[in-house]
Amino acid sequence: MELAYYPGCSLEASAKEYNLSALAVSMALGLRLKELDDWACCGATSAHSTNHMLSLALPTRNLAIAQKGGLDIAIPCAACYSRHKKADYVLRHDLQKRAELEDIVNFKFVGNVKVLSLLEAFHSRVGLKAIADKVVKPLTGLKLACYYGCLLVRPPEITGFDNPENPVSLDQIMSAIGAQPVKWSYKTDCCGANLSATSSSTVTPLVSRIINMAVEAGAQAIVTACPLCQLNLEVRRGDCADIPVFYFTELVGLAMDLPGSDKWLVKHFVDPLPLLRSLKLIA
Amino acid sequence: MGFREEVKARSKQPVELCFQCQKCAAGCLIAEHADLYPNQVLRLIQLGEQDRVFNSSMIWMCSGCETCGARCPNGIKISEIMDALKEMAIERGIIKEKKIHLFNDIFLNTVKSHGRIHEAMMMANYKMKSGDLLSDMDLGWKMFLKGKLPIFCRGVRAKDEVKQIFDKCNAG
Repeated sequence: MELAYYPGCSLEASAKEYNLSALAVSMALGLRLKELDDWACCGATSAHSTNHMLSLALPTRNLAIAQKGGLDIAIPCAACYSRHKKADYVLRHDLQKRAELEDIVNFKFVGNVKVLSLLEAFHSRVGLKAIADKVVKPLTGLKLACYYGCLLVRPPEITGFDNPENPVSLDQIMSAIGAQPVKWSYKTDCCGANLSATSSSTVTPLVSRIINMAVEAGAQAIVTACPLCQLNLEVRRGDCADIPVFYFTELVGLAMDLPGSDKWLVKHFVDPLPLLRSLKLIA
Repeated sequence: MGFREEVKARSKQPVELCFQCQKCAAGCLIAEHADLYPNQVLRLIQLGEQDRVFNSSMIWMCSGCETCGARCPNGIKISEIMDALKEMAIERGIIKEKKIHLFNDIFLNTVKSHGRIHEAMMMANYKMKSGDLLSDMDLGWKMFLKGKLPIFCRGVRAKDEVKQIFDKCNAG
């Protein structure tokens, strides 16, 4: 199976371990990710906070490139995913804006590609059984709080994936690799990552609450599918418990015993190695 | 066009349908850190109180997490309204949260000139311009040591294409 791949800016810098693990795990699962040629930044929060047309036109340029290749597109970053999914929705449903965007980006929208989050690609295209079949070292004993954050499942009419109030896809993938997802009620609460640089005093209480609730629910670690959530949960937690925050691809890679895990896991600010050693999941 | 009509037209949201059930406020994680609840912003729009809305920190602090819109019984996408209000406030030169606006400005300028975000360069630029030089110095250093702030990163080849998009959108 082949998909186009839009890594997004942070996967080349602060979220390198997400990129490395996503590419390695996808290949091992038989999912070929073909990087979108000459992709540009989606504009993120800054574009939609400033200029509505720009916030649609930047991702539309990437969709136009994907359209040429004809492959559905997988996006690991929840924020990038959200911006592309929004642009795709507008192109499909608002004929006037479609015409404007076609003029701005200089292309003709065909609508032959679907935008997926990498989580959705793993869940719906690869499938739970195929993931479970590749597990050689089940993550037995690892209790995880699966954290989806804001934008993977909202707005529901645009994402069209999983349940917006109680999503389960990440929990199911974690169960498939032998880990134990805990029940908790903060799965989709916002961590405030977009204010992390400009208003860290607002963000720390939001992050602390998420971490404290994960610990209270019995989790030993948190697992995410978003580079902004992951970094924010690690560096803006104040005096909270020091539980690690994984990318889901890192844990799938660990359960598949892929070479390279050692290169991803050392990039974390909250060291996950002591926990993994204590559960005998790594040597 | 009056204030309420302008918000309605730009956000394409049925502002008038809000009946103050406050579900949006109940789920809003930013509400306790800002000066207005989301439902109060809606009420002030209905009342045409544009000065109070444009001078509110809420429209800038809103993280766009879409919880309010997903739960609104009347289908009002409040984050679309918050975005429209920020755009209108910027046009009127009313910038309540200057650091957030500065960050957005620097972010978009980086995209306009390079096509992608170079995190190290953008953060250095933000630190210089905001005057907030000291916070997060240790974080930046740790990121650098972990190879998470590369000095060089791949830009976009078709930089002109990206610039043209900015120009056609009258942005930056």
